[in-house]
Amino acid sequence: MFKILDKKVLAPSIKQFVIDAPLVAQKAQPGQFIILRIKEGGERIPLTIADFDRENGTVTIVFQEVGKTTKELGTLQAGDSIADFVGPLGEAVDFTGRKKVLGVGGGLGVAPLYPKLKLLKENGVEVTSIIGARNADMLIMEDEIKAVSDRMFVCTDDGSKGRHGFVTVVLKELLEQGEKFDEIIIIGPPILMKIGSEITKPYGIPTMVSLNPIMVDGTGMCGCCRVTVGGEVKFACVDGPAFDGHKVDFDELIKRLETYKDEEKLALDRHEGGSCKCHQ
Amino acid sequence: MSSINRSKTKTPMPVQDPKERGRNFNEVALGYRVEEAINEARRCLNCKNPTCMEGCPVHVKIPHFIKHIVEEDFESAIKVIKETNSLPAVCGRVCPQEEQCEKRCVLGKRGEPVAIGRLERFAADWEREQGTKVPEKPVSRQKKVAVIGSGPAGLTCAGDLAKLGYEVTVFEAFHEPGGVLIYGIPEFRLPKAIVKQEVEFIKKLGVEVKTNMVMGQVLTVDDLLEKEGYDAVFIGTGAGLPRFMNIPGENYLGVYSANEFLTRINLMKAYNFPETDTPVKVGKKVAVVGGGNVAMDAARSALRMGAEEVYVIYRRSEEEMPARKEEVEHAKEEGIIFKFLTNPIRIIGDEKGWVKGIECIQMELGEPDASGRRRPVPIEGSEFILDMDTVIISIGTGPNPLLIRATEGIKLNKYGYIETDENGKTSKEGVWAGGDIVTGAATVILAMGAGKKAAQSIHEYLQNK
Ligand SMILES: Cc1cc2nc3c(=O)[nH]c(=O)nc-3n(C[C@H](O)[C@H](O)[C@H](O)COP(=O)(O)OP(=O)(O)OC[C@H]3O[C@@H](n4cnc5c(N)ncnc54)[C@H](O)[C@@H]3O)c2cc1C
Ligand SMILES: Cc1cc2nc3c(=O)[nH]c(=O)nc-3n(C[C@H](O)[C@H](O)[C@H](O)COP(=O)(O)OP(=O)(O)OC[C@H]3O[C@@H](n4cnc5c(N)ncnc54)[C@H](O)[C@@H]3O)c2cc1C
Ligand code: SF4
Ligand code: SF4
Ligand code: FES
Repeated sequence: MFKILDKKVLAPSIKQFVIDAPLVAQKAQPGQFIILRIKEGGERIPLTIADFDRENGTVTIVFQEVGKTTKELGTLQAGDSIADFVGPLGEAVDFTGRKKVLGVGGGLGVAPLYPKLKLLKENGVEVTSIIGARNADMLIMEDEIKAVSDRMFVCTDDGSKGRHGFVTVVLKELLEQGEKFDEIIIIGPPILMKIGSEITKPYGIPTMVSLNPIMVDGTGMCGCCRVTVGGEVKFACVDGPAFDGHKVDFDELIKRLETYKDEEKLALDRHEGGSCKCHQ
Repeated sequence: MSSINRSKTKTPMPVQDPKERGRNFNEVALGYRVEEAINEARRCLNCKNPTCMEGCPVHVKIPHFIKHIVEEDFESAIKVIKETNSLPAVCGRVCPQEEQCEKRCVLGKRGEPVAIGRLERFAADWEREQGTKVPEKPVSRQKKVAVIGSGPAGLTCAGDLAKLGYEVTVFEAFHEPGGVLIYGIPEFRLPKAIVKQEVEFIKKLGVEVKTNMVMGQVLTVDDLLEKEGYDAVFIGTGAGLPRFMNIPGENYLGVYSANEFLTRINLMKAYNFPETDTPVKVGKKVAVVGGGNVAMDAARSALRMGAEEVYVIYRRSEEEMPARKEEVEHAKEEGIIFKFLTNPIRIIGDEKGWVKGIECIQMELGEPDASGRRRPVPIEGSEFILDMDTVIISIGTGPNPLLIRATEGIKLNKYGYIETDENGKTSKEGVWAGGDIVTGAATVILAMGAGKKAAQSIHEYLQNK
C-alpha cells in the first residue's frame, strides 16, 4: 500500500497528492510517469510524475477528475492509501545542449510541464513559459512555474486572468516576433499539442509533446498505447511518452482516446449514482 | 491390486456442456473423479523402460506416480510428481501432453496413450483439496538471490532456491504474480485460484514476492548485485512484447493485440465490468488472426464476452496450426469458425476510426520453408472482405524490452533474447536467465525446467563463492 501524505486542491476538480513511494522517488526523472490502481478491481491509470523528492522518498502527482477512477481518487484524503503505485515508467527527457527553451502548458498539462522546466532551470537553461487554463480558477501551479521561469506568460480562455485567449496565441506571437528557441515543449490536451506543433513547424524548432494514450500495463506488453510517430508505430509507455510533435499523428491519437467512451460514461454514471445512494 | 484396464481409449474426462460453457468463464474440463482416475491409471503398463518419461521435459516419474494412484495412495503420487515438477496442477492442465509425455507412451502405438496429464492434474487437485502441507524451512544459508519476473520460470527458480535455504525475493512488474498464468491463460482453462495457491505455497517456503516492481526502471540488475546485497540474479521476464502485422488499419479502434485483449479480461477482470473498472470492447463479429494457443484463448474469450460470431484466421492449413489439439477441438465444439489458408492484408475502418472489416487473401501451400513446413503463398485475385467489429492480432511476441534495455553486459541473440549456457548462465557474472526470455515464446513446462536448472546452477555457484 502507498500512503497519501498530503493532499491539495489546486483548482475545482484538480487535485495534488504527495505519495510515500521511496523506490519510485529514488529513480524518478522528469518526463516519466507512474501507473496507479486505487484498489482491487480498480483500473490502472497513468499519471505524470509532477515532482519528486528523493530525500523524503515522495512523489507528487496532479490529476484532473475526468472519469470514474480520477473522481474516486479525488475522494481520498491525506492518510489514506492506494493499492498499487508503479514506476517510474517511460523514458526520461533529454535536453542536452539546450540553452533557451520555451515551455507551453495548457490546463492540466501545466503539471507535467513543471518537472521538465525545473530540470532545465537547474541546468542553467533560459526558460520562457506560457501557461493557460479555461479561467483563473482552473489555472494551476502558477507559483511553481514562475519559480523555474525567467519569463512567464499567463492566459485564460475567458480573460479572467492574464492574456485573453489560448496559449497558442502567445506562442504564435513570440515566434512571429522573431524569438528563437532551441526547443519548445508543448503539453496539454491533444488538440492543443496538435495546433501548437503546427505553429512551430514552419520555424523548424524542435518541438516536444507528451502523449497521453490509453494504457494498461505501461511496460510495453499490450500495445494499447500505440501511437504513430513519423509513420512508425511506437509504444508510448516505453518509447515515450515524449515525442517529436512534428511527427505525431494526432488525429489517430485523438480518435483512439474515444475507444471506451460509452464504457467510461457507464462507469461514471454508476459511480455517481452509487455515491448518491450513500446519502439516501 | 486391481488388474490392468485394457481399454484402447482414455477414460473420458467430464467437461462442461459446449453450449453452456461458451458463455461462462468457468473451467471447461472438470477433472477426473477418484474412480475415473483409478480406472485410467490401471491402463498404464508400468513399463520397465518408460519412454513416456523421456517425453517430459522435467522427467516426472510417470509410471511411479501412476502406480500410487492405482494403489489409491494419492499422497505418495503427488509426492513423486513434486520431486521434479513444482507446478503439477498447472502442468496437468496446460502442458501440450500430446507432444510430450503422452506422445512417447507405448500405448499410443495401438490406441490412445495413458492420460498422463489428466492423472497429474487429478493428483495435484486431490492434494489441494486436502490442504497442502508446507515443508519445513531449511537452515538459512545467509545468501540472497533476486528473481525477476514471476512466471513459471521465476516461480520455480525461487521455490527451488528457497528449499535449498537461500533468501529469495521475487520482483514482479504487475500487481499480481504469476506471469502468463495470470494475465494470459484464461480462467476457463486454468483457474486463477490454482495459480494463487501455487504462489502462496512459494511464499510459505519463505520467498518474498514484491509486486509493482518494473525492474530496469525502478532497480537495475547492477543495483541488485552492487547496492541491494544480492549474490545472484535470475531473469525470467518472458516474451510478452506483442507483434503486429504491419498492414494498413492496425491502429483502428477495436483492433487489439491478443496480449491486451487477454490482459484486460484476465488480469483486469473486464468480464466483470462495470463491477470492476477496466472495460474491453467485444463486438458481434470478432476476427482473431493467428493459430497458436494464444489465438485459441483469445477467440474463446471473445465468445464468452458475448460475441456472436468468432473467426480464427490462419494463413496455413489446420495441420500446421501450432495450437494444442484439445484446445482446437474445444474451440470448434463451442462454435468458433476457422478460416484456414487465409491471410489478412488490410483492416478496414469507418469514418470515426472504428474497425468495420478485414480484407483477406486466400493462400495455398507451396514448397516447404526452412522450418520444414510448407510455405503459404497467396492466390492472386482471391481477395475478399469479412465484416468485423473487432480484430485481435495474435501472431506472436518478442522479448519483454524494459529490463534488457537497462542491463549492460548481457549478451543477446539476433532475435533479442538472452543468450545462456545449458545451465541458464548468462554472459554477465552472477546473472542467470530462463524461460521465454531465453527461448522465445514456448511452454510452461520448459520455462519451469529452465528455472529448475538455473536454481541448481546458482546453488553450485553460491556454494563456491
Ligand atoms: C503518460 C500519461 C500521463 C498522464 N498524466 C496525467 C496527469 O499527470 N494528470 C492527469 O490528470 N491525467 C494524466 N493522464 C491522463 C489520465 O491517465 C486519465 O485522465 C485517466 O486515466 C482517466 O481515468 P478515469 O477513469 O478517471 O476516466 P475515464 O472515464 O476512464 O476517461 C475519461 C477520459 O480520459 C481518457 N482516458 C481514459 N483512460 C485513460 C488512460 N488509461 N490513459 C489516458 N487517458 C485515458 C479518456 O479518453 C477520456 O477522455 C496521463 C495519461 C498518460 C498516458
Ligand atoms: C495466452 C497464452 C496461452 C498459453 N497457453 C499455453 C499452454 O496451454 N500450455 C503451455 O505450456 N504454454 C502456454 N503458453 C506459453 C506459456 O505460458 C509461457 O511459455 C510461459 O508462461 C513462460 O514462462 P516465463 O516464466 O518465461 O514467462 P512469463 O510467464 O511471461 O512471466 C514473465 C513475468 O515477468 C514479468 N516481467 C517482465 N518484465 C519485467 C520487469 N522488467 N520487471 C519485473 N517483472 C517483469 C512479467 O510481468 C511476467 O509476470 C501460453 C501463453 C499465452 C500468452
Ligand atoms: S509435466 Fe507435462 S509433460 Fe511432464 S508428465 Fe506432466 S503433463 Fe506430461
Ligand atoms: S509409456 Fe505409457 S504405459 Fe508405459 S509407463 Fe509410461 S505411461 Fe505407462
Ligand atoms: S500500455 Fe501496454 S504497451 Fe504501453
